[in-house]
Amino acid sequence: MQNDIQINHLYFSYDGATVLEDINLQYNKNEFLAIIGPNGGGKSTLLKMMIGLLEPERGEVLLFGEKPLHVSHEIAYVPQDTIANKDFPIKVMDVVLMGRLSKSKAFATYSKEDKTIALSMLERVGMKGFENQKINTLSGGQRQRVFIARALACEAKIMFLDEPTASIDTAGQIDMFKLLKSLNETVGIVIISHDINVALNYATKVVHVNKTLYVHDVPKTQNFKVFENQNEHVCPVELISATRCNHTHKELS
Amino acid sequence: MIDILNFDFMQNALWASLLVSIICGVIGTLTVINRMVFIAGGIAHGSYGGIGLALYFGIAPMLGASLFALFLGAIIAYITYQNNARLDALIGVLWAFGMALGIIMTDLTPGYNVDLMSYLFGAILSVTPEDLYAMGSVLVIVLTFAIIFYKQLLAMSFDAQFAKLRGINVTLLYFALVLIIALGVVIIIRAVGLILVIALLTIPPYIAEKFTNSVGGMMVLSSILSALFCTVGLYLSYSFNLSGGASIILVATTTFFLQFLYSQYIKS
Repeated sequence: MQNDIQINHLYFSYDGATVLEDINLQYNKNEFLAIIGPNGGGKSTLLKMMIGLLEPERGEVLLFGEKPLHVSHEIAYVPQDTIANKDFPIKVMDVVLMGRLSKSKAFATYSKEDKTIALSMLERVGMKGFENQKINTLSGGQRQRVFIARALACEAKIMFLDEPTASIDTAGQIDMFKLLKSLNETVGIVIISHDINVALNYATKVVHVNKTLYVHDVPKTQNFKVFENQNEHVCPVELISATRCNHTHKELS
Repeated sequence: MIDILNFDFMQNALWASLLVSIICGVIGTLTVINRMVFIAGGIAHGSYGGIGLALYFGIAPMLGASLFALFLGAIIAYITYQNNARLDALIGVLWAFGMALGIIMTDLTPGYNVDLMSYLFGAILSVTPEDLYAMGSVLVIVLTFAIIFYKQLLAMSFDAQFAKLRGINVTLLYFALVLIIALGVVIIIRAVGLILVIALLTIPPYIAEKFTNSVGGMMVLSSILSALFCTVGLYLSYSFNLSGGASIILVATTTFFLQFLYSQYIKS
């Protein structure tokens, strides 16, 4: 059977410095994939190659068996919450409608159907009633929900998220992951996260990327306790012992 | 106030102000939200090279300036596409190159000495009907572009990567945008000078951005603001016998500073 994402012997380097080395990965959209790893370890680079924003130097990435940019209408992307244009004059509704771009007619305005879908996606992420607000009046967490609604409006099969919780407090992060978990019933979720503790609770597959890639299958029985408030956390020692893999990693060479 | 409208040159100046204001409102908004002010500035200054070349080879200066501006625009768009981290420095080079080339070419042209000041500050009070037709044509091109590609332009300006993944040819659209800006900038220079172009491209959108929640609204409000600046500036220039272009700029910048102080006051 063909995997939804198939990465074979992928290499990438910036200005001669190797960023990713011999990456192999299979993913199917019923999985919740978390990509973890240190800053500068190549997480974002890998994600960008999965969706076709970067070309691999060697090796190949196949999305639904094809080159990623050929099937970009089948996927959706939620960027990091770094709003480049902070004062950009745009309403929440118009942001979500961008998700309809590839489905709507090129030279016309958005249709009634587009608007209905956009509104229902806002409702799905818990942002109903915000449609006429200017985007820069929202908090970081609310803005991320809007970006998720925009991705949902694409009616994509897999959603790729680059650190969607970077600027959100712990309580907000848990809400976000719960939302993603519920979305995962219909949509594939691939997420970059630096919140290892939270990611491990919701992901069904965890890969660690630091130039090379290790796959950790998260055992169902060994789930962590979910943190319901900001005061609870996993201390690093607990985390390291709990996530110790029961297989041997191949030697770094 | 009414009696000044009896002069043909004043009527032409007001028509020019109106056309320029709408062009500036639309491309100024797109320039500001895409952070392309420096690009627009580079094209505006660099296009002087086109005027010098046109004078030397005996073709219409306006045609020379337009072609040269489009040429510079294409180079800049290409550099941007290459994702060069030193984009601003490279634009600075083109900026200086164009102006120097323009001056050398006019030096080499026998018997003709173009007034650099009128290029910098324009001569809005001596706009001809032909200038008005040219401006009207460019306005039609700019508006058509902005209306047809509104959705796509909005998506690209807000989040180019997302737009690309939704199947928009971002590279082509960006090229088109830079060329449209180049065309708009150069047609306005003839009438009002390149310093006024930069002022009208940036100040009205900057103020308008604070008071609207859509890019379309920003375009309309910017157009109204710049029409207001032009009218008040022209009136002052007539009443006190001052330069037209510089008066308009001072009205615009004064409004800008007042708005800035006001917004600081609101914050504190």
